[in-house]
Amino acid sequence: MAKTHVTMKVNGAEVEGLVEPRTLLVHFIRENLQMTGTHIGCETTHCGACTVDIDGMSVKSCTMFAVQAEGSDITTVEGMANADGTLSALQEGFRMMHGLQCGFCTPGMIMRAHRLLKENASPSEQEIRMGISGNICRCTGYQNIVKAIQYAAAKINGVEFREAAE
Amino acid sequence: MNDMTPTREQRSAALEGMGCKRKRVEDIRFTQGKGNYVDDVKLPGMLHGDFVRSPHPHARVKKIDDSEALKVPGVLAVITAETLKTVNLAWMPTLAGDVQMVLADGKVLFQNQEVAFVVATDRYAADDGINKVVVEYEPLPPLVDPFKSMDKDAPVLREDLAGKTSGAHGPRKHHNHIFEWTVGDKDLTDAAFNKADVKIKEMISYHRTHPSPLETCQCVCSFDKIKGELTIYGTFQAPHVIRTVVSLIAKLPEQKIHVIAPDIGGGFGNKVGAYPGYICAAVASIVTGKPVKWVEDRIENLTATSFARDYHMTTEVAATKDGKVTGLRVHVLADHGAFDACADPSKWPAGFFNIVTGSYDFPTAHLAVDGVYTNKAPGGVAYRCSFRVTEAAYCIERAMDILAQKLNMDPAELRLKNFIKPEQFPYHSALGWEYDSGDYHTAMRKMMETTGYAALRKEQTEKRAAFARGETREIMGLGVSFFTEIVGAGPSKNCDILGIAMFDSCEIRMHPTGAGIARVGSKSQGQGHETTWAQIIATEIGIPADNIMVEEGNTDTAPYGLGTYGSRSTPVAGAAIAMAARKIKAKAQMIAAYKLEVHEDDLEFDIDGFRVKGLPEKFMSMKDICWAAYNSVPPGMEPGLEAVSYYDPPNMTYPFGAYLCVMDIDVDTGVYKVRRFYALDDCGTRINPMIIEGQVHGGLTEAFAIAMGQEIRYDEVGNVVTGSFMDFFMPTAVETPHWETDFTVTPSPHHPIGAKGVGESPNVGGVPAFSNAVNDAFSFLGSTHIQMPHDFWRNWKAAKALGAVA
Repeated sequence: MAKTHVTMKVNGAEVEGLVEPRTLLVHFIRENLQMTGTHIGCETTHCGACTVDIDGMSVKSCTMFAVQAEGSDITTVEGMANADGTLSALQEGFRMMHGLQCGFCTPGMIMRAHRLLKENASPSEQEIRMGISGNICRCTGYQNIVKAIQYAAAKINGVEFREAAE
Repeated sequence: MNDMTPTREQRSAALEGMGCKRKRVEDIRFTQGKGNYVDDVKLPGMLHGDFVRSPHPHARVKKIDDSEALKVPGVLAVITAETLKTVNLAWMPTLAGDVQMVLADGKVLFQNQEVAFVVATDRYAADDGINKVVVEYEPLPPLVDPFKSMDKDAPVLREDLAGKTSGAHGPRKHHNHIFEWTVGDKDLTDAAFNKADVKIKEMISYHRTHPSPLETCQCVCSFDKIKGELTIYGTFQAPHVIRTVVSLIAKLPEQKIHVIAPDIGGGFGNKVGAYPGYICAAVASIVTGKPVKWVEDRIENLTATSFARDYHMTTEVAATKDGKVTGLRVHVLADHGAFDACADPSKWPAGFFNIVTGSYDFPTAHLAVDGVYTNKAPGGVAYRCSFRVTEAAYCIERAMDILAQKLNMDPAELRLKNFIKPEQFPYHSALGWEYDSGDYHTAMRKMMETTGYAALRKEQTEKRAAFARGETREIMGLGVSFFTEIVGAGPSKNCDILGIAMFDSCEIRMHPTGAGIARVGSKSQGQGHETTWAQIIATEIGIPADNIMVEEGNTDTAPYGLGTYGSRSTPVAGAAIAMAARKIKAKAQMIAAYKLEVHEDDLEFDIDGFRVKGLPEKFMSMKDICWAAYNSVPPGMEPGLEAVSYYDPPNMTYPFGAYLCVMDIDVDTGVYKVRRFYALDDCGTRINPMIIEGQVHGGLTEAFAIAMGQEIRYDEVGNVVTGSFMDFFMPTAVETPHWETDFTVTPSPHHPIGAKGVGESPNVGGVPAFSNAVNDAFSFLGSTHIQMPHDFWRNWKAAKALGAVA
């Protein structure tokens, strides 16, 4: 099948590649760019394991063609750590609050939470639950993911994190 | 001592040993997208394989034409049963003693069954090839209802079994019958029923569902023709067993098979078995000489690999009029689908379902299980449970509520009246188990006090009165569940898989600088073994957990283990870890005695080293002992500091718990709201409370899903209608309730550290709590049992059937 040349920015770096028109963005990221942090859980846009940030929006990269991302600015989980290599507030929050177990949904969950906190710097529990409802986690029951995002929000906002009373 | 000397508390805390909420080691890589899952494995020249699957649930395969497929650019081979026959792999043995088609051999027996395997240069080309394979079918009548499996005129599903009147588990009564398994004293139980004041009988179904981890089943097989070696990266909960099975069925020497289970994206029982994809990828690699990757998609996962449950349990309880249980009789009709591929220990065709007497002191019981074939996917895995224990717990916990209703007793009071008493442990159950330890009354009363159970019952009474007066359309249910699990399979006297005893293992190697590596036969799929296993070692030998690297999943380096499922890792591998650590400690003591110039018996272990009794200043740290092990061991002693332990547990462990679900249901819409869910778990000694709580949250969420909607459903002609996350209930953060967790600690008396295992308890105990809440809500309208799953529509239907909705 004839291939198309695509260029885009991923985690701050200009990248390019040859793809079939039908190549899914997630496959371009995983196979061509060899960034395997973005996962595939369902291929039907239900689970959110493939969530990346494109031009300021959370997008499920399993149901977007690579050619549709031409010229866009993409952030994946590989671009989330602080510049000095330390864990970002969200990554730290997930670890501190035990917001992950098998780790398979985590990259997508972190990418979604990243955009959520950009949209709403101090979300309530209900806003967080609604905000991540496009991302499925089979391990945690979400309770600690909510806390992880609250932890990150507090850290980003420079306020003390208080765990919700049980 | 000067101020700089750390206190005992500080020294102990520095170890981050057992009981500490140690943050997870794994999370550093997982939060940065640097996990290494099977689909991340990319080998040079790697090909991709994918399946042509049957659209029919039951059909004869007349012809497979791959000529057009082979013309598709990138397609290199199409493998069929005929290809596999040349290497004698068209069929494979199952863990349950049956055989299963790897690729359709003459007929197909369930929708989406594997028919041909297309191998191509990439996954897109493989898909193109699939679309060009032409298969000619002759449809046959499908058998969907297990209750019709043994009808006289039921279609013959397994023609390969023609004339076989017995199977792996004894006689077969019918051409669609697999086994009958009976346990207990029938005569004594019949007698108990004959003289009972009160009896209940109910057909309690536990519907077919699926573990559905977020990462599907997948593998990369790479055969090196020169060396004759096969390397398999796979999503394996039990990598060593896979190696042995591959060796036996592919006739490859076991030392030339390298099985590597890298990071696994959840398992929940789905990744215990061996699937056609593994065999086909291995054969394709042997045929093409290139590595071959097989990655299941979600539809394939839900419809072809390993369903769970599908147990239909006719349950009878006999009791005195004041509510003392006197007998239990259960008959199970078990729908196994087209092949018996249950992942149970080999001698247990219905797993440990004979734990069905639960937490109660039944003087007698009798159980019979009939397994039957239907035109559905094979499986029968333990979805976050220990081998049919969740079915058993659901059965008895529902039955106790039904009995309470009949006796007009409070369900909690009925349970308290019938619990096995603390002084009865070790307790011998009527169906043959020896419960190790428990204090059920304390756990139950703690649950009742913490939740304000009495006040909730009072509120329910008031709400029912208000409902009767027409003041509200909402009904309220309290779901009580008190489960006893049986986990930690298991003792070699009664547990094996294909003849391999279900021990587990650990090898610890300490390095000169006071660091070390522990290799374990278990395999984490998210349980956090790299974190918790190091905590056990830290406490046992006094080396900080941060200095212990834990490695699992590589069969070349890890000692042989039976893997992680059935909550067996802490009870079995956890024990092996403690025992290996104790061997390290014993040698360390000898080295310390030599260096401190005292007799071994004059030393005592003190947190992170050995101290001379009565001479507190004479102390040698474990770190220093590690160094000494490599340069100045006592004369005659081998240098080095390492140990291996293979642990054969003397008994199972029996975790338990008391759960309460408070639910409100709107009868006009069937919409429910979980107002509150409280879970008290007793898993014995607690290694990492943070991880335990996380396991409980996750297990409860899966229980919620199963009880309230998650079902693999077939229509009347055998089409599976729940093939995606659109149709198969996957709770999001919005639906998932808030969880309240609590605990008591009753250590296992026979386990080296007293731990019992926890991963599956919340699923086992959670499902009956949810279902009992729904049933309790409706009971005052006259129902005794409403089948799961309790989604909005079914709740509305129940309300309508009971006359609560016009």
